[in-house]
Amino acid sequence: MNIQQIQMLTEATVVCGENGQEQELLSAFASDLMSDVLTLDCNDVLLITGLCNLQTIRTAEMAEVGCILFVRGKKVTPDMIELANENQMVLMTTEHSMFRTVGELYTNGLKPIY
Amino acid sequence: MLFRYELEGGNFSKAGYASSEIKKTLKQLSVDPKVIKRIVVALYEAEVNVVAHAWKGEVLADVEADQITLTLNDEGPGIPDIPLAMQEGYSTASSAVREMGFGAGMGLPNMKKNVDELHIESRIGVGTNVRMITRFTNEGG
Repeated sequence: MNIQQIQMLTEATVVCGENGQEQELLSAFASDLMSDVLTLDCNDVLLITGLCNLQTIRTAEMAEVGCILFVRGKKVTPDMIELANENQMVLMTTEHSMFRTVGELYTNGLKPIY
Repeated sequence: MLFRYELEGGNFSKAGYASSEIKKTLKQLSVDPKVIKRIVVALYEAEVNVVAHAWKGEVLADVEADQITLTLNDEGPGIPDIPLAMQEGYSTASSAVREMGFGAGMGLPNMKKNVDELHIESRIGVGTNVRMITRFTNEGG
């Protein structure tokens, strides 16, 4: 599934990284706990989270996560966008809940990591 | 090569800066990306620990041809019971730390999992020294 499809399915807005929309992602991980994100043993995964602060972007940087989808209408701040751009990340936001977002993506074929 | 970065207790905006810089350096040295990820995940967790618990601290990175030694020295409350702190799920983190997405008692176990050697020394009311060694050959971890 590419990022554009993820955006359409979740009615998300792309906040930054518009150029990366053709990028293919096979799997996703949903968590508000960053230490759990840091345990992932895979790259090129979509992170779905309601935790919206600079540490979310730092965590993605360390965990090699290239795309973050913020749920529950969270607002991304300019310092988050700056750090995301430095790391060529795609950031998206959706008004949908975590449960609905995960359900939509799972039903349409995005795989869990485990 | 020796690098030094300062950490400030409670200042989450700076947590991860050292990890980010070390990641860039190791990439330039063409270290295996899987090994880089292990190193920076451990360092990032360690940085968050210092910012979350200590008053101030420093990261010292000694990059050699075949390994990296990361030392974090902090001035802080210290860890009264290190084996207890190493248990998954044990945490003394504040609600502010939990709001940052950490503080679930995963930091030290994550660090141990990702490095070849982890040494922790702590004195109550003085501070904690953490030393992590990782070899660049992709073994163990």
